[in-house]
Amino acid sequence: MKPLVSIVDLHVSFPGPVHAVRGISFDILPGERVALVGESGSGKSVTARTLVGLAGPTASVRVQRLVVDGHDTRDFTERHWRRLRGRGAGLVLQDALVSLDPLRTVGREIGEVLRTHDIGERRARPTRVTELLDAVHVPEPALRAKQYPHQLSGGLRQRALIASAIAADPPLLIADEPTTALDVTVQAQILRLLAERDGALLLVSHDLSVVSQLADRVLVMHDGRIVEQGPTARVLTAPEHRYTRTLLAAVPTAASRGKRLSTVERLPLPPRVVDTADVVLRADGVHKRFGTRHAVNDVSFTLARGETLGVVGESGSGKTTLARIALALTEPDGGTVRLGDVPWSGVRERLRRPHRRRIQSVAQDPLSSFDPRYTVEKIVGEPLPDADRRGRVVELLERVGLGVTFLRRRPRDLSGGQRQRVAIARALGPRPDVLVCDEPVSALDVSIQAQILDLLAEIQAADGTALLFISHDLGVVHHLADRVLVMKDGRVIERGPASRVLTSPTHEYTRELVAAVAR
Amino acid sequence: MTAVLKRLGGSVLVLWAAATAAYLALRLSPGDTVDTLVGDGPDTPQIRAAIIADLGLDKPAVVQYLTYLWRLLHGDLGRSYVLQRPVVDVIGGQVWPTVKLTLLASAFCVVIALGLAVLTAGRGRWLRGFVSGVELTVVSAPAFLIGILLLSLFSFRLGWFPVSGDRDAAALVLPALSLALPLGGLLSQVLREGLERALEEPFALTARARGLTSYAVVARHALRHALLPTVTLAGTLIGFMLSAAVVVERVFGRPGLGEVATEAVGNKDIPVVLAVVMLAAAVYVALSTLADLAYLLIDPRLRKEAAA
Repeated sequence: MKPLVSIVDLHVSFPGPVHAVRGISFDILPGERVALVGESGSGKSVTARTLVGLAGPTASVRVQRLVVDGHDTRDFTERHWRRLRGRGAGLVLQDALVSLDPLRTVGREIGEVLRTHDIGERRARPTRVTELLDAVHVPEPALRAKQYPHQLSGGLRQRALIASAIAADPPLLIADEPTTALDVTVQAQILRLLAERDGALLLVSHDLSVVSQLADRVLVMHDGRIVEQGPTARVLTAPEHRYTRTLLAAVPTAASRGKRLSTVERLPLPPRVVDTADVVLRADGVHKRFGTRHAVNDVSFTLARGETLGVVGESGSGKTTLARIALALTEPDGGTVRLGDVPWSGVRERLRRPHRRRIQSVAQDPLSSFDPRYTVEKIVGEPLPDADRRGRVVELLERVGLGVTFLRRRPRDLSGGQRQRVAIARALGPRPDVLVCDEPVSALDVSIQAQILDLLAEIQAADGTALLFISHDLGVVHHLADRVLVMKDGRVIERGPASRVLTSPTHEYTRELVAAVAR
Repeated sequence: MTAVLKRLGGSVLVLWAAATAAYLALRLSPGDTVDTLVGDGPDTPQIRAAIIADLGLDKPAVVQYLTYLWRLLHGDLGRSYVLQRPVVDVIGGQVWPTVKLTLLASAFCVVIALGLAVLTAGRGRWLRGFVSGVELTVVSAPAFLIGILLLSLFSFRLGWFPVSGDRDAAALVLPALSLALPLGGLLSQVLREGLERALEEPFALTARARGLTSYAVVARHALRHALLPTVTLAGTLIGFMLSAAVVVERVFGRPGLGEVATEAVGNKDIPVVLAVVMLAAAVYVALSTLADLAYLLIDPRLRKEAAA
């Protein structure tokens, strides 16, 4: 069979100079589903975009052979590329909220492909758009076609985006992190939809579970090179290259509990002690309403010294509101919260302030919780007393694996993982009893996530800090948490030990969640 | 719909505030109100008596204020005691030439801004840098200087356009251009920045991946996004044009509000000055309300929030 895509020795570089892709070669056969896996900066997205000539105006592409849909693209002009885009290959990016034009209806966005490539009669196009939306299982397609992206749910939006990419029925679909911004159950639906299509698929993803569900063949990219490739089952179960093994070892699962993720050998983590008699945070029947919507509805929990309580649920389930109530940043409408022996809700801020140091927070995106003009020293030193502040800051930085050299750096100059380490150092400064972590690793690459999770476990073992750990990622929670609350529409629908809830769930919704990530 | 009504209600409030401020400025200015109103005009006991009767200066302050508002509401701006005519007549005769000038200047301004921004957004560094430099130059030059330069080139040297007056449409071109160039340059800079930001968004990449030409991506996608900040600025700038028009009208020797306003200031003809101020405020309010409404047209997301 003649390959649909054939690449030999592709190099892409950007001014800087950044050598993003360093001589990779691969083929995609018609109908084949190939996954490009790697972390941010590995060159996977650049490779995918080069296939449709959209690596960017500053990119310089050098290649021995680049055939897409039977065309040798090396002597392509812009006009040739335009004919190929949409018709020869469709592109789906992550997060349709910004990948579809927010100022145009989804119907117009889908119709644009037909119009650009002059497919079908002008008058027949609205009907065709409705058919396309129907084909990606959007209910009430005629109505949806007239709506704007912000009026659709995340899943419907992503379906509409896919409909626009396949409108001209291209033999190749390029999907760049197509499910990254979605909740797990929605993610599973989108993956099923992509699997339904007969044409070839180039899937770009950092998420190995997504890859395992969809791809026939996997190419692992690292620093612009393909370090390993082969059938999905083989690469994910018996990886040969050290990098692939590190990547796989870094994925938190039930099997990784109590082990280090950042080492291939999965060494054991230091043991920790949970003192169930010492409750450091307790919520009883907590309510919070916004308008008519119950963001948090009758939620109770206890958190013991040294314990990790995982809170899972999809976006809008009330997890973050619960975290804010725990931090006493949002006052609940009903119910009570106690921090150790101190009443924590329904009291004046003046009475809370002396105890605030006992509960600290680590957010998903630390960049927005840092003053960009502060140095790392000021950020970490802010909650500390004046006496020997610098010495204490250095000590904290060393604990989170950063050195003295970071004192003068500013948030912008740090990588995602370093920023999260600074956020943790800042939270540890006042020696808290409780750390509230709201999706602390969601924005990180899997290998960096592994290091941060290991760091949190070490801190917990050493200090006996309790963690209220909020995450949409069941794997992370299963790896880390002792007990789990599952939230949906503001309510706790299931609770119990992590090992029980996440392996044999009793509630219908939990079962659905667990099934969505089953691999 | 309620959002639209709210905005209109807000603009009425602003106009009322402007009217009150003008009234207070007149009342609280040092010296006798009658002296102020008479200004440098003829000063006879009859005129003084007429002013007191007209404004009801013998009545309590609240009644005076309400009467003033009531008259304003009916379009009665008072009387110029210097010119011995109602203010409405003084201004009414001169409004049209200025409006004509401002409208044409606005049209030029939009054409310049759109043309330059669309042609150069995201294009080669050389072209973009050159155009941007030219824009900066015209933005920083005052309108009258541009007017004088245009005059000396196109009227004195080439003789394409009349030097002064308001005889025909050709006489309008140069004044309108000298008003439009600096504002068009400024708008074009804002518009281009908006375009370039929009072109970097994922939806622009998605659009290009459908096979659109880069021009089509700009016209169908990026332009609407870039218009959002531009529309607000355009509303303010076109309001500003009115005051720039005053100077340009003098340079080109055109009739219009400019002449009225400068004469009135020179003669301390306070009622006319106040009327010009009120007119300017009304135009500003009208334009910014229009800009807000245009926002709703451009961005469907705001419509949703306004409805909620």
